[in-house]
Amino acid sequence: MNSTVTSVTEQSAEGCYHCGLDIPPNSQFFTLIDGQQQRMCCPGCQAVAQTIVDSGLDNFYKHRATSSTDTPDIAVNTVSDAQLNELSLYDEPSLQKEFVVDKDGQREATLVIEGITCAACVWLLEHHLTKQAGVSVAKVNLTNHRARICWNPDEQKLSQLMAEIYRIGYQAHPYHPNKEEQLLEQERKRATRRLGVAGLGMMQVMMIAVALYGGAIQGIEGKHVTFMRWASMVIATPVILYAARPFFIAALRDLRTRHLSMDVPVSIAIGGAYLASIWATVTDSGEVYFDSVTMFTFFLLIGRYLEMQARHRTGRAGNAMMDLLPASAIKLVDGEESIIPAKELCVGDHVLVKPGHTIPADGVILSGNSSVDESALTGEYLPIRKETGAEIIGGTINVENPVTIEVTKIGAETQLSSIVRLLERAQEDKPKAAQLADRVASYFVAAVLLTAAGVSFGWWLVSPEDAFWITLSVLVVTCPCALSLATPTALTAATGTLRQKGMLITRGHVLENLSRATHVVFDKTGTLTEGNLTLQETCVLSDDTTENVQAIAAALEQHSEHPIARAFQPVAGNLVASDLNSVLGQGLEGIVDGVRYRIGKPGFAAELCNMEEPAPPEESGQWLLLCSEQAPQAWYRLDDQIRREAINCIKSLQAMGLQCEMLTGDSSGAVQSVARTLNIDTVISGVSPEQKLEHIQQLQSQGAQVLMVGDGINDIPVLAGAQTSIAMGTATDLAKTNADCVLISADLLRLVDAIRLSRKTRTIIRQNLSWSAGYNLLALPLAALGFVAPYMAALGMSLSSLVVVGNALRLSRLPKQ
Amino acid sequence: MDIIFLLIPIAIILVSCAAWAFFWSVNSGQFEDLESPAHSILFEDDEHLVPDDHKDKDSKDSKAE
Repeated sequence: MNSTVTSVTEQSAEGCYHCGLDIPPNSQFFTLIDGQQQRMCCPGCQAVAQTIVDSGLDNFYKHRATSSTDTPDIAVNTVSDAQLNELSLYDEPSLQKEFVVDKDGQREATLVIEGITCAACVWLLEHHLTKQAGVSVAKVNLTNHRARICWNPDEQKLSQLMAEIYRIGYQAHPYHPNKEEQLLEQERKRATRRLGVAGLGMMQVMMIAVALYGGAIQGIEGKHVTFMRWASMVIATPVILYAARPFFIAALRDLRTRHLSMDVPVSIAIGGAYLASIWATVTDSGEVYFDSVTMFTFFLLIGRYLEMQARHRTGRAGNAMMDLLPASAIKLVDGEESIIPAKELCVGDHVLVKPGHTIPADGVILSGNSSVDESALTGEYLPIRKETGAEIIGGTINVENPVTIEVTKIGAETQLSSIVRLLERAQEDKPKAAQLADRVASYFVAAVLLTAAGVSFGWWLVSPEDAFWITLSVLVVTCPCALSLATPTALTAATGTLRQKGMLITRGHVLENLSRATHVVFDKTGTLTEGNLTLQETCVLSDDTTENVQAIAAALEQHSEHPIARAFQPVAGNLVASDLNSVLGQGLEGIVDGVRYRIGKPGFAAELCNMEEPAPPEESGQWLLLCSEQAPQAWYRLDDQIRREAINCIKSLQAMGLQCEMLTGDSSGAVQSVARTLNIDTVISGVSPEQKLEHIQQLQSQGAQVLMVGDGINDIPVLAGAQTSIAMGTATDLAKTNADCVLISADLLRLVDAIRLSRKTRTIIRQNLSWSAGYNLLALPLAALGFVAPYMAALGMSLSSLVVVGNALRLSRLPKQ
Repeated sequence: MDIIFLLIPIAIILVSCAAWAFFWSVNSGQFEDLESPAHSILFEDDEHLVPDDHKDKDSKDSKAE
């Protein structure tokens, strides 16, 4: 964790003490924290900080991790009456029954909290909530951001509690565990229980086994041996019958479908050794293998458990789609507004959507026109104009003016839900390496079974009483353990390392494909560039100064929600514009210091001074024109900045032998300049998503292994079509769900690290497989000839597994240059 | 060495208790969140136990304890 002293001074020098964002030049918001006045960026942060201090919880600022890559987006912290009204919906029993249970007089709600960035947030939430009247338990889980609150319904209302959560800067949503999540949880618990039983059993049996080994060397009385064998049998039985059950079930299934997998030899070995050991115990003859069997089970279960954890973790990343649709909607009945849960909307209802609010369902605009931010669905950061009669999609945000819509599709039929359904992939798809291992396994299994049969027949001819035991030792010693652990452990280790560095792999085949990649195709906007419009250049046409002209533009843009307006925020001066009027898709008009101006598209702005649309300066980019009633005043060039690390990334990728390409829908001159800066040879600009997909398919049909890096649904057909796709962390939720891999840290250099690591993974998997193959080839003849004693078999098996796991752990660090 | 006839059954009983305890903890969700407890030990409100520091003294006076 960072030292809190240095981080405090860093924070106050850079931005708001609470949220870290830039402080607008004219704002004077302070809160007294820990004896020092700290600057805040807005009344929202000031209110939150004040609430935190008043509750005596200012330790929050000491404890929090200041290096969070995502600063909380939640800006609204003073709870208005309108919001309280909306929240009061959650007091309705019909809504509550989905996520609230009654527990002897108390109610318990499970909520998902948005905005948690570190453990200090958890601390803050728990303490603040526990302080509220009537709350008996408030626990927040850092791993899955779920909060469990128990409160007395007579003393406190859920809406109040949710308002309190808003007040300290987080957003609470009801927790809707869909079937899938519940199943995953059950699976996890079952696997943990089995692992526990196997572990405990193994330790006890080994303890007794060591005594038996010692006895074999030093001498031990027969009755003690018998007793200890019976004791091991008693302990090993629940391990076999309960913990090892998944193997038997899978093996039976395999036999029925005539498809041999790893589970068959495992089951035969475990089952056979167990039954043979029981026989040996009961008849007081031969050797017992309870120790090998339990250890075998335990190691295999660990391998499966790690695999399952990795699978679940990646699956959870895709479950974050739930809250795009809002909880409440304003329904219009005969002109009367009423707030209802969005779930209760029906087709044909009239809904009012205010600016800044999310549209609750698919619909058609009845009255009003506005622009809609579809970035959650399409990644387009410029809002789209929508006129009366246009269709709008549920889940998008209404930006500019209030509109009334008629609902056409709700709930599961909205475009959003159907896209999510279409894009839902099976979480159980196995990586090719594991499939290969399965195939090899079936040959291996067949070979082992044949050998065992041969061995037993051979020994039966020579000395029948040894035949059974030697056959068994053959089965135990040729441990499929290493083979079945070889790939999963390496993949899990590599996936974990990448996740820590900010790259989340959500599909199984990613690492393998990354190691074999030949082409890397980048999208331009948002991938190679930051995705934010910034003011790059100002060309003044009149006699005015650059600062003044920028201040005029900033004054006009100040009240707009448009991303273009954000580009002018850094140059805002003290000017104020009045009489503002925005023309959707064209620009703004207003009066600054008594002079009327227009800023926006050149044609729109030039109308004001009745001139021909002037030509923009030569530099390519997006040019805005500022015009007064007399003459054009200035040109502004907005551009997207290339990511700082993009140049190094491309250079490293090319050095590793990968072909880099850029594919973009943008057709402006900016494309060529970006390509030149980054030294990318192949650039295809001005293409539609379908054309992008065609290009990738063409590459892939020529045998290339394509890695696609992008963001937004514009890319989704391409992301789905490429063999491996990577979504930037700033991408839309839908893009992230659909991509095979998410670059959470938005750092392109991670891509280079990932490819290096995946190559190393491939090497290590090969090493593991060759080790287990070599071990088996060595051990098999020895066991067949009867040279392998029981303890050697157990030892050999566990050692080979440990070697494989240890080798895989070499993937916990990123490889150096 | 005949004592093992007593000790091993006791061990088995103890292991069964351990297994039962393990089952209880898995079922009651003890393994759900393995990250926050690690952080929450660092959040103890024990500044009043820290020996004298000028800054601490002042803030101690101004804070309602």
